[in-house]
Amino acid sequence: MKPTDIGAPDYFHKVVDCQWACPAHTPVPEYIRLIAAGRYSEAYMVNWVSNVFPGILGRTCDRPCEPACRRSRVEDEAADGRERKEPVAICRLKRVAADYKQDIRPLLPQPAKEKNGRRVACIGGGPASLTVARDLAPLGYQVVIYDGDARAGGMMRTQIPKFRLPEAIIDEETGYVLGLGVDFRGGEYVNSLKNLLAEGYDAVFVGSGAPRGHDLDIPGRKAAAKYIHLGIDWLASVAFGHTTSISKRVIVLGGGNTAMDCCRSSRRLGGEDVKVIVRSGFEQMKASSWEKEDAMHEGIPILNNLVPKAFTHNSGRLTGVTFEKVRAVFDEQGRRSLIPTGEPDAHFECDEVLVAVGQDNAFPWIERDIGIEFDRWGLPKLDERTLQSTVANVFFGGDAAFGPKNIIWAVAHGHEAAVSIDRLLNGEDIAARPAPMTHLISQKMGIHAWRYDNAISADRRLRVPLRDISAALKNIRIEVELGFDPQLAFKEAQRCLNCDVQTVFTSKLCIECDACMDICPMDSISFTANGEENELRPRLRAPALNLSQDLYVSETLKTGRVMVKDEDVCLHCGLCAERCPTGAWDMQKFLLKMTYAGAGCRSAGMQPASA
Amino acid sequence: MTYLAKPKLHHPSLAKNRVGYTRRDYEGRISTLCAGCGHDSISAAIIQACWELDIEPHRVAKLSGIGCSSKTPDYFLGNSHGFNTVHGRMPSVLTGAYLANRELIYLGVSGDGDSASIGLGQFAHVMRRGVNMTYLVENNGVYGLTKGQFSATADKGSKSKKGQTNNDAPIDLVTLALVMGATFVARGFSGDKSQLVPLIRAALAHQGAAVIDILSPCIAFNNHGGSTKSYDYVREHNEAVNRLDFFPQREEITAEYGAGEVTEVRQHDGSVVRLRKLHADYDPGDRIRAMSYVQEHAARGEVVTGLLYLDSDACDLHQQLDTVEAPLNTLGAAELCPGLAALEKINASLR
Repeated sequence: MKPTDIGAPDYFHKVVDCQWACPAHTPVPEYIRLIAAGRYSEAYMVNWVSNVFPGILGRTCDRPCEPACRRSRVEDEAADGRERKEPVAICRLKRVAADYKQDIRPLLPQPAKEKNGRRVACIGGGPASLTVARDLAPLGYQVVIYDGDARAGGMMRTQIPKFRLPEAIIDEETGYVLGLGVDFRGGEYVNSLKNLLAEGYDAVFVGSGAPRGHDLDIPGRKAAAKYIHLGIDWLASVAFGHTTSISKRVIVLGGGNTAMDCCRSSRRLGGEDVKVIVRSGFEQMKASSWEKEDAMHEGIPILNNLVPKAFTHNSGRLTGVTFEKVRAVFDEQGRRSLIPTGEPDAHFECDEVLVAVGQDNAFPWIERDIGIEFDRWGLPKLDERTLQSTVANVFFGGDAAFGPKNIIWAVAHGHEAAVSIDRLLNGEDIAARPAPMTHLISQKMGIHAWRYDNAISADRRLRVPLRDISAALKNIRIEVELGFDPQLAFKEAQRCLNCDVQTVFTSKLCIECDACMDICPMDSISFTANGEENELRPRLRAPALNLSQDLYVSETLKTGRVMVKDEDVCLHCGLCAERCPTGAWDMQKFLLKMTYAGAGCRSAGMQPASA
Repeated sequence: MTYLAKPKLHHPSLAKNRVGYTRRDYEGRISTLCAGCGHDSISAAIIQACWELDIEPHRVAKLSGIGCSSKTPDYFLGNSHGFNTVHGRMPSVLTGAYLANRELIYLGVSGDGDSASIGLGQFAHVMRRGVNMTYLVENNGVYGLTKGQFSATADKGSKSKKGQTNNDAPIDLVTLALVMGATFVARGFSGDKSQLVPLIRAALAHQGAAVIDILSPCIAFNNHGGSTKSYDYVREHNEAVNRLDFFPQREEITAEYGAGEVTEVRQHDGSVVRLRKLHADYDPGDRIRAMSYVQEHAARGEVVTGLLYLDSDACDLHQQLDTVEAPLNTLGAAELCPGLAALEKINASLR
C-alpha cells in the first residue's frame, strides 16, 4: 500500500465516526469534552454553529452518529446479555449542553448592520429554511420565510409531540434564528411559486417538507372515515390543541417514528388499549430502536407481520381492522416480499385508527410551466450537492428535496443551499465549492500530560432518567425524559473515546522499538512487510476485517517494513504516544471547519457582495 | 512510562488459548521503565510465548535480582509467582526454589549488571549445576538505573552517551554460559520478536539450564552513535545463524521446508526445535565450535544471534541429585527428616 495521505481532509474525518456519520458533520467529541468540563455554553455553541437546533436535536435527532460510534465496537458483550456494546449517548449529551447553558445570546452573530440588497425567500418555516436563514441573514441578505402556520418550526412544532419536545425549546431555538433579522411571515401560505418568483426574489429556497400522509385505500376506509385519521395531520391537530381526546381503543397502523408518536400521544389523550400494528417484522420497522422501546415502556404492544385488509364497521361506526398474516421473504438482492402465511385473518377491535404508513411530497403550489422539473416520483430534479433545481435560482432542501428524512438532514441541506445561494448571488460557479478546512493540533502538554483526558472509562452507557410513567401519561405536554443531570452527564461524557484526537505517525522519527505495538490495548499497530491491502489486512497483529475503516500506512522504515495501524477499534488512549521514545507518535486534535455561506465559501474571498 | 493503566478493553478477535486465557491475561502491571526500553519489548515477547505455550500462569515462578531488567517481572505474568531477590543473588534463590518444588516453570530475569558484575559467580554456578530454568539476560551494556555507566558487557572501544571510551574487555555471557555447561544457549534482540518469541518458547520447554542473552537497547543511555548496543548497531551487525520454529510436543508439524535447509532437534519433553539454517556451516550441536564462532564474529564487531547451542540430552539438577519425583515441598516432616536412626545409618555407611 502507498503511504497514507493524512493531509486529505477526509482521512482523519472518517476516523471520527460520529462526525463523519452526521449529515451536518457536528464535531461531536469536541462538544462532549466541553460538557465534561462543565462548559455547557461553549458546547452549545459548537453545536449551534453546526446544527442550529441543539436543544431540539438533543431530544429528537435520529442520531446517525450513535450507530457509528466507535465505543459500540470496543466494549465487551456479557454472555448473559445484561451488558451490551453500546455507543456513547451522544444525542442526550447534546441536550445537556442546551439544558445547562447560560444565556448564549451574546455569543450569537448579530443581525447585519447593512443589508447587501439581495432578497431570498424561504418557503416553509421548518429546520431547512431556518438553517438557510441563519446562514444568510448575518451576511446581509434580506431573508423572508413564508409559512402557513403562525409560528416557525415546521414539522418540529406540528409533528413531534410535546412530551418529547416542549414548546418552549422550539420557541427558543427558532427565536435565535429569527432574531438575526429574518422576516418571518407566519400564516402566509405560498400557493403559487410563479407569483412568488414574480416578486423579484434573487433566490428561492423550498423547504416545505413532506406534508402529505399516505392513506390506506382498503374496504371500509370511506364508510368509517370519521374514525380514521392520517397520522401527521392528527399529530398537528393535537399540537395545535384542536384535538384533545381519543377513544379508549386505538390501533396505529405503521412502523415508523410517526407511528410511535401517534401511539404515545393516544395513550395521553384517553387511549387505554393502544396497539401498533405493522406489516413488517419488528427488526425491519423504520422506527428508531429507542422510539420503539419508549412506546413499549408505556405499555403499547407492537404487533408485526400483519397487513391491513379492511376496516370493519357497523353502519359507519368503526368496529375494528382485519389483517392478513404474512411472513417476509427476501430474494438474492435483499428485496422483501410479504408472503401470506395462509393462516386465518386476524381481526382486532378498536374505536379509532391512526394511519401512519408514510409521507409524500406534495407541490400543488408549484406550477408545472415555470421550468421546475419533477421526476417520476414527484420529487424535484436536483443537483445532489448544490440542491439547485432546474431553475437556476430555486433550491430545495429538507424533506422537500429527496423525500422524508429527518431534522439533521434538513439542517445539512440548509447549509449547502446557503452556500449555493451565496456563491450564485456573487456570480460564482456553485458547483465549485471549497473543501472543508482541517487543522491538526498537538495535544502534548508534558511527558504524560495531554490536553484531553486519555484515561478510558469502563462505564456502560447510562440511562436517561424518566418521569414516573403514571405522571407522564396524565398530560401530553409533560416531557417524559428528564435529561442527564451534570453528574450523570460527566460520567457519560467520559465514555467518549475522543476519536478526534488522532494518532499521527512520523515515519522518519521511528526507531522500530515495538513499544507502541506492545502497549496498544487493541492490537491496532503492526510493523510488517508492506503488501496489497486485501493481503495485508488479515495478517496484521489483529486482523483488520472491518473494511469500512481505513489502514494508516507509514512510509518504508529503516528495516524495510512499514507501520500499519488499523483505525477500526483504536481507543485514542494515547498510550502509543506515551510509550514512544522519539515522538514518532503524537496525539493531535483534528478540527474540521465546514464551509458555510460567507466569505469563506467564495473564491473571491472577503470581497463584499454588492447588489 | 505512563501513569495510565492499560485499558482492559481489547480487540474483538482476541483469542483464548487451550487453557482458557487471552494474551492479555498474561500481562502484568503497567511498566515504569523509560518509553521505548528494549526490556518492555522482551516482556511482551515473554507474554506472547507463555500464551502460545498454553502455560497456566500459576505454574510459573519468575525470579529476578536488582536493576531495570529485574524490575520487569512486575510487568508480565501478573498471576504468576514472583520473587524480586537480592542484587546478583537471583540464581541461588532460584536454585533453592527449584530444589524445593521441581514442578514449577522457572523464569530467571536478570540484566548485565546483575549477572555479569555483582552476580557473575552466581551466574556461572547456576549454569554448571544444570538448574532447569529459563535464564533471560536483558543486556543493554550500561547501568541504566544509575545513569548510564558502562557495565561489564560493554564492548571495548564503545562510547558512552557523554563520549567516554570503554577501555575494559567485555564479558560475553553467551561464551561464559557455554563454558560453564549450559545446555541451551541463545542470543536474541529485543527489536526482533519474530526471532525472540520462538527462542523463549524453546527455552521454556528445555529441561535444563537455558540461557538467552538478549540485546536490549537502553533508550536513555545507550542508543547513540558510538554504542554497540543500540537499535541501529545491532540491526546493522546482526548475524543470525538460524531462524527457529518451535513445536511443543502435542503440535503437529505442518510447515514444509526444502531439503538440507533445516536441522531438527527433539528435546526431552518431546517438543521439536526446527532450525532453518542461515549460515550453512553452523552446527548448534557443537559446543566448542559455537564458542569459537561467537568469538570470531565478535572480533569482527558482529553480533551472532539465534539458537547457538542445544544439548538435546540435557540433564538437570534433580536428575544429577537423584531426588524423588515428588516435589520436596509436598513431602511431610517424616519423609524430609527421617530421624536419628536414619542418620546413624547414613553415618555408619560413611565410616
